[in-house]
Amino acid sequence: MKLLLTGNYAAAYAVRDAQPDVISAYPITPQTPIIEKLAEFIDSGELKAKFVRVESEHSAMAALIGAASVGARTYTATSSQGLLYMYEVVWWAAGARLPIVMGLVTRALGPPWNIWSDHADFFTVRSSGWTMLFASSAQEVYDLTLIAYCVAEHRDVLLPALVAWDAFEVSHTYEPVELVEDATRLLPPKGAWAPPLAAEDPASLGNLAYPEEYAETRRLMVEAVRRVPLVFAEAAGRLRELTGRDYSRGYECYRCEDAETVFIAMGSVYGEVRSAVDALRARGVPVGALKVWLYRPFPYEGVARVLDGKKMAIVLSRTTSLGAMGPLATDVATALALKGCSVKLVEFSAGVGGVDVTEDDVVAMYKAALEREGGTYFWRGR
Amino acid sequence: MSEAAFAPRSWRDLPLGNVIPLPMTSLSYKTGNWRALRPLLHKEKCIKCLLCWVHCPEPAIHRHEDDSVSINYDFCKGCGICANVCPVHAIEMVMEG
Repeated sequence: MKLLLTGNYAAAYAVRDAQPDVISAYPITPQTPIIEKLAEFIDSGELKAKFVRVESEHSAMAALIGAASVGARTYTATSSQGLLYMYEVVWWAAGARLPIVMGLVTRALGPPWNIWSDHADFFTVRSSGWTMLFASSAQEVYDLTLIAYCVAEHRDVLLPALVAWDAFEVSHTYEPVELVEDATRLLPPKGAWAPPLAAEDPASLGNLAYPEEYAETRRLMVEAVRRVPLVFAEAAGRLRELTGRDYSRGYECYRCEDAETVFIAMGSVYGEVRSAVDALRARGVPVGALKVWLYRPFPYEGVARVLDGKKMAIVLSRTTSLGAMGPLATDVATALALKGCSVKLVEFSAGVGGVDVTEDDVVAMYKAALEREGGTYFWRGR
Repeated sequence: MSEAAFAPRSWRDLPLGNVIPLPMTSLSYKTGNWRALRPLLHKEKCIKCLLCWVHCPEPAIHRHEDDSVSINYDFCKGCGICANVCPVHAIEMVMEG
């Protein structure tokens, strides 16, 4: 079935199809329409979930930690300041090994107050143990949300997963979205994983661990995170069989094979990047584009393989990373260094706080990158 | 869960998320080694008023049948409250080690 949906509604439909047991969230722009739609689904009976109303994002995640601790499938969504208010328990959910799924509609952090897209909120979670996916269209929001449940609840993983997408360009823009006819063919059966707590077998969660035990617990998480790419590829493979859409590598390449320069981006700006690649190619300039879907764990191997032998990598970072290269560019630099690749790396901090980035901007970035040294530059427009 | 099942042979057997499947495991955490100052009880001065027993936050002061007290060094963190509340200065705080 194909529906005309915003990115936020696509998330709500994916969640409806995943049939979680417990949903808890607190409203914040631009996330709120997800939860409003889910409330409608609960009201109409299409979704048989308990909605826990709370007074903050911190409580929303805490409610899901409680619910997931006894085996509930769960969902929440937030943005920006809401994620930061939730932050303490975001890490708690990962450390407690609870397969909670969250939607994150990326929005700038204040001050100054700003409701438009910026990936600063997304990047704050990057070392927490959450599997982090980035969608660049409503269709990807739908697909990756379903995949997020498959990865989170897999017994080799048991870590929370989030799917992020841009405020407004994706969250509030209507696009055709093809739904999976029978999501149970994709998702693990409910109760396939063993929750840490059960009423009939009392235990306690969140206790003191001495240094060795703490380190060992984190080491178990490190190993679980290492298994994510394989589990992600398996789940994406099942989705491909059902729909033909393929996310299994964790990234997409566009006209990279004979390219000398590759743009790397996440999110809605990738559409403009692709158009710019076509425009530059039409003039005989060998460029390509790489879009990251699976941000954590980062696909170092795959990205390095794509970039190996290229002359230049241009990273579009939708954030200002103060005092260092932005996280996405740093990850690309790491991928290159691990493989011993010598590729000029130029990062443009572009689209910050919702600034529009167009095809012409991307073409202009290419020209600017040719003239400049490797490094990070702030893109203020043409 | 049985106690035997909660004796991980290696770090790989740790319960996910560090769940503790048994009650009262805090008893096996001997927090006494956090102590910098050690309370010494001078029994000859003690008047059995039990103020130390009332105030000890752990509680690491044991009360006996005859209202005399002793200190459980497995759990005493050396906070010194007992020495401060003792009206006859029967408890002295000395440096550990």
